[in-house]
Amino acid sequence: MATDYSSYRVVAARHPWRWVGTAVVALGVFAVAWSLATNPRWEWGVVAQWFTAQSVINGLLETLKLTAISGILGFVLGFILALMRLSASPLLVSVSWTFSWIFRSTPLLVQMLLWYNLGYLYEKISLGIPFTDVRFFEVQTTTLISQFAAAVLGLTLNQAAYSAEIIRGGILSVDQGQLEAAAALGIPAWRRSTRIVLPQAMRAILPTAFNEIIGLVKGTSIVYVLAYSELFYTVQVIYNRTQQVLPLLLVATLWYVVITSVLSVFQYYIERHYSKGAVRNLPLTPLQKARKFFATHAVANTARNAR
Amino acid sequence: MSTATTSAPATATDPVTTPSTRGLVEITKVRKSFGATEVLKGVSLTVEPGGVAVIVGPSGSGKSTLLRTINHLEKVDGGFISIDGNLVGYEVRGNRLHELRGKEILKQRTEIGMVFQNFNLFPHLTALENVSEAPVVAQGCSKDEARRRGLELLDRVGLKGRADAYPRQLSGGQQQRVAIARALALDPKILLFDEPTSALDPELVNEVLDVIRELAKSGTTLLIVTHEMGFARDVADTVVFMDQGQIVEQGSPEHIFTNPQEPRTRSFFSKVLEPAFNI
Ligand SMILES: Nc1ncnc2c1ncn2[C@@H]1O[C@H](COP(=O)(O)OP(=O)(O)O)[C@@H](O)[C@H]1O
Ligand SMILES: [Mg+2]
Repeated sequence: MATDYSSYRVVAARHPWRWVGTAVVALGVFAVAWSLATNPRWEWGVVAQWFTAQSVINGLLETLKLTAISGILGFVLGFILALMRLSASPLLVSVSWTFSWIFRSTPLLVQMLLWYNLGYLYEKISLGIPFTDVRFFEVQTTTLISQFAAAVLGLTLNQAAYSAEIIRGGILSVDQGQLEAAAALGIPAWRRSTRIVLPQAMRAILPTAFNEIIGLVKGTSIVYVLAYSELFYTVQVIYNRTQQVLPLLLVATLWYVVITSVLSVFQYYIERHYSKGAVRNLPLTPLQKARKFFATHAVANTARNAR
Repeated sequence: MSTATTSAPATATDPVTTPSTRGLVEITKVRKSFGATEVLKGVSLTVEPGGVAVIVGPSGSGKSTLLRTINHLEKVDGGFISIDGNLVGYEVRGNRLHELRGKEILKQRTEIGMVFQNFNLFPHLTALENVSEAPVVAQGCSKDEARRRGLELLDRVGLKGRADAYPRQLSGGQQQRVAIARALALDPKILLFDEPTSALDPELVNEVLDVIRELAKSGTTLLIVTHEMGFARDVADTVVFMDQGQIVEQGSPEHIFTNPQEPRTRSFFSKVLEPAFNI
């Protein structure tokens, strides 16, 4: 007859090495934090003073604007380039390939300066019928290509070249049978891409895409060559005036950390959304875990108190 | 349902369908090559409306390719296929055949359901979403209507209550039954099954075959590729034996299983049939 264990107490497994590891890491973190807080040369007072200064906030907004616009446009264009590259038309394939080839092989700095100096290469930009004198409109290039336009153009086209490859990789990772099943059901081609293939491709696309976006946040600082006053250019201007180099670099860095952190939270939830159906059961979010932790402990406490 | 159709089997759930007047498949001298290898070498086959044809044959004999040409997933190189007299993939105008464009081909495909060996369910959509996607986007059915019909079909394949499960949360047999419900959602004239049970654990095979058995009584034309010979004998009106891109022999299950005429058919069955079965 089997023993009845129901009256026994369960003792949870112990993990002593986990505790040792935790202690070592905690010590290291504490040491770094201590030196950051106590070394007067970091000049935290100056950092605090400039962190929310109007000019810094303006620069921050410009950085966010550049990232958002060129990120979105870059990925939209990248999506189109990826579809072209995967299409059956040899012309579209080679156009898309050439685009990626050119923009991935020229330094972003050079692209940016070229766009800004387009007025030197082509004085006027016009829309008309080629090889005739018919012109629908005509503008001075320098009025069309402002600093902002050059920055967005440079960042977008460069981003598109990279995102095209990321999106193409994601699409290729989806099983061919999915397209076939969708085609057999009479689902139209556009719907097949957007409803069946893309959501599945997203799982492969998202981690790399967020890598790109986070890279772009900091990459926007390259527009300093156009004297465009985004976050990084702004702090440079300030420290050239005040000579407080390190604290101001710290101001910019802290803002980049904040943006990256917010993006990482977005990434977590968006990836979670697209993992629906890919994993048998979705893991709990940190919030849900915390709630569950407190709920079960509250129950345990009341149970103990009741006894 | 009107009393006039009481003789119809209880499983013919769709009252709109008048059994056996639609779903005539005529395949005439169909040829298909991949590169230099000819995979279909002039295949001709007729399946009557509401008929059940089971296609058997060794691996690589062209069975899947034949099924795929029927809904134009594969374009034929020669010959033609028609459904209720309408050519698949072409339109007759005068004395010319005009190739159909994407949209028209999609419309033809909605009349033909297909069930794949490895299910090909959409993993990011729930069972119900899998079933109700095509009626909405391919037939312009309302969302509510598609949902209602989807639930009904899931019920019909024995999956009541699993509508909100994702495919990976279901067993292989359940997934294949969702795939069958998905194919039925367009109310097709013809259903194509390409080895529907080959990817399943043995104990799950029957739950899928039972669903197909019910369908066989419902008046939809079925073309089934399978290695389940017992099932083939039960359900088929016609058994077709294919080898090396040709139909070697076809006939009633009785004829093909117990008294095959061609040596190739005999040697195939002597390998696949268990001795006890081959009385
Ligand atoms: N897309 C393809 N490209 C090249 N060869 C193919 C393709 N599809 C099938 N084949 C070949 O055609 C032959 C028949 O394949 P198939 O119809 O899948 O046979 P079965 O389903 O009877 O096993 C095989 O030799 C296979 O390798
Ligand atoms: Mg096959």
